[in-house]
Amino acid sequence: MPIKEFAGKKIEVDDEGYLINLSNWDEELAKELAKEEGIPELTTQHWEVIHFMRKEFQERHVAPSIRRLKNTGGIPTKDLYALFPNGPAKKAAKIAGLPKPQGCV
Amino acid sequence: MENEERIKKVSLVISKGSLEGVYPGLIMANGARMEGIEASIFFTFFGLDAITKKRMKKLKVATVGNPAMHMPTLLGMLPGMSAFATHMMKKEMEKLDIPPVDEFIEMIHDAGGKLYACKATVEMFHLTKDDFCDEVDEILTVGQFYERSAGAQIIFT
Repeated sequence: MPIKEFAGKKIEVDDEGYLINLSNWDEELAKELAKEEGIPELTTQHWEVIHFMRKEFQERHVAPSIRRLKNTGGIPTKDLYALFPNGPAKKAAKIAGLPKPQGCV
Repeated sequence: MENEERIKKVSLVISKGSLEGVYPGLIMANGARMEGIEASIFFTFFGLDAITKKRMKKLKVATVGNPAMHMPTLLGMLPGMSAFATHMMKKEMEKLDIPPVDEFIEMIHDAGGKLYACKATVEMFHLTKDDFCDEVDEILTVGQFYERSAGAQIIFT
């Protein structure tokens, strides 16, 4: 597994850059992961998505779908695509330190 | 993956109006947007039911003339059989977090997917823009559809 360095810390990730050990995640690391995904700064809205995703993952052991983010998390689909352009579910999951989402919807 | 191998744009054509005829195109268009791929859907012939306000919530599974239903045609003809099959399929889809047609159309629209109605069919069925849900962007001729699809993979369903 590749090792990546984020702000001086060595972190193990998979081939696509998702964290191997979810416990490595903290908010500082999220900021670094976001930069890698082309998001220079995480706003309050970004954090709302990230925290909801992590909470869902802890409770249900799967990253929430875009539909669940909308209906349960109250995050409009339009906003989600604007916040995490080009593949919002995967991008948000990666920044939130979760495994790659596997669903088709 | 190499950059030049990546699909950048897809145009789906949905030509059928049964539940099982509509969903594959919706799932593929939405799935494209989820991957950051540009996506549009051209609804033609009975596929227009999926964006017609009066019909989009009432699409049914076809239980007759479909060998993959694993049901004799005579059984499929019985009253309530299509409603039952539709109910079962919707229940299974809900488990997978696949939205009902109207919600799915809204999601694809909000995800930046474009939704078009086929002009020839619109005229043939005597429909107008008002018959369609608000998410429909435009009524297009086939020629215009091809223009908008420049550089796209076109997928007929």
